[in-house]
Amino acid sequence: MLSRLRRSVLALTAGVLAKAITLFARLATAPRAIWAGVEPRARQRIYYANHTSNGDFVLIWTVLPPVLRANTRPVAALDYWLRSPLRAFIGRDVFNAVLIDRRPDHRTEDPVAQMAAALDGGASLILFPEGQRNSSDAPLLPFKSGLYHLARQRPGVDLVPVWISNLNHVMPKGEIIPVPLICTLTFGAALRLADDEPKDAFLARTAAALLALRAGDAA
Amino acid sequence: MTPHLAYLLLGVAVFLVVATAIGQILRARVAPDGSNPAIENLNARIAAWWAMVVLLALAFLAGRPGVVILFAILSFAALREFLSLTRKSAADHWALAAAFFVVLPVQYLLVGIDWYGFYAIFIPVYAFLLLPVLSALRGGPADFLDRVAETQWALMISVYCVSHVPALLSLRIAGFEGQNVLLIAWLIFTVQLSDVMQYVCGKLFGRRPLAPSLSPSKTWEGFLGGLATATAAGAALWWLTPFAPEQAVLMALVVTVMGSFGGLVMSAIKRDKGVKDWGHLIAGHGGFLDRLDSVVFAAPIFFHLTRYFWSQT
Repeated sequence: MLSRLRRSVLALTAGVLAKAITLFARLATAPRAIWAGVEPRARQRIYYANHTSNGDFVLIWTVLPPVLRANTRPVAALDYWLRSPLRAFIGRDVFNAVLIDRRPDHRTEDPVAQMAAALDGGASLILFPEGQRNSSDAPLLPFKSGLYHLARQRPGVDLVPVWISNLNHVMPKGEIIPVPLICTLTFGAALRLADDEPKDAFLARTAAALLALRAGDAA
Repeated sequence: MTPHLAYLLLGVAVFLVVATAIGQILRARVAPDGSNPAIENLNARIAAWWAMVVLLALAFLAGRPGVVILFAILSFAALREFLSLTRKSAADHWALAAAFFVVLPVQYLLVGIDWYGFYAIFIPVYAFLLLPVLSALRGGPADFLDRVAETQWALMISVYCVSHVPALLSLRIAGFEGQNVLLIAWLIFTVQLSDVMQYVCGKLFGRRPLAPSLSPSKTWEGFLGGLATATAAGAALWWLTPFAPEQAVLMALVVTVMGSFGGLVMSAIKRDKGVKDWGHLIAGHGGFLDRLDSVVFAAPIFFHLTRYFWSQT
């Protein structure tokens, strides 16, 4: 009884926090979604995006229609999200994140297997194939191989590139005060792993598809 | 609310009712399934006009604080749209944060407490000299002049010029006490009517492009038609203002011409930055700056002409 009460209070808190976070994201950046290559439909997808700020997946999550949002889980770093109880609550209960450990020597679970399991559970995923925040001058860091291994294990799921513009100006690494600029999220056409496509060719093709969306945005 | 303002708002409401009816009839006749983009855009624009007029009327009802706060919010939205397109680097972060969270609130505070000597120079002097210092302290000389110049332009257009609309409330004109809100209503009505009539005349009679390299939709026929109708309407509303009828003609001509220039200059900036609209938040119109561009250019000139020739301050 008590545990059920506790669970419903936690679920309610998570729901309110989710609303508050999306509202804050809307006020802070007035994010604009451009569905250039796909429609916002409720089908299973892996959204993969460029990564310049901790707010990246919050923005994708915010501009997704609520029906899609409820079933879309960001893939995030366990070492970051489990650092404090509040973060853990937000990561697990609000965003329902798939928490993966980026440190090969620490981890007990294989990240790709965790992501595949989430897909098997029916969820869509938000993934940042660069594996870390990009604070370099290059628009995109080389992709890690996770996207390839996931696509090979679950070849039937659409991969949708999402280019996020301007967020690196809203909150550059190390800054505390966000500058409330408009962010644009451009959703490109879906891709899939071709039969016998080598890893490097696949990673180059998916990175090029993401970079191609950059030309269309305002920044 | 003065009876004059009520008449004007009633007139605008009648105008919008007629426009709404025309929009709906056009839609029912031509494309009931919503397949004609021009008609859909027209109806979206009319719907947005209703929202804008209601918001303005509410601000007028709330008096000075309402008007100052409304235009501060509009400035914020405009500044966000402008600065989203300008060149910047991580070194500008403090300067950009200061533009939003210090310069904008201070400017509107100064307008709110009626400190003319300070709000008239705060952005052209203090922000102009101090914001580049913030960027310089953070390092990064690459594109430095471009970055600080574009940031200053964003502040001048989106904050300084827009703040001259609520600043009209501080003018002291003999025999016009307590009615300054009518100056705002008259200015916005005349300038926006000019925009609307340029759009309508351009759609109906537009042949010769005015500035094809800047904006394909602007034509000489639209420009002159909009100017003529809006000047006539502004003059016909002279009884709202402290101006005599012949003075109202000149004032209406000045603000509509300045408004058109504003549209032209802001189109050039959009073209340079490779965008069609400043933003996406006002359905059918684009961004806040797409709607404000003419007011931005008209307001400071209108303010200073009125102040010089009519005000006792």
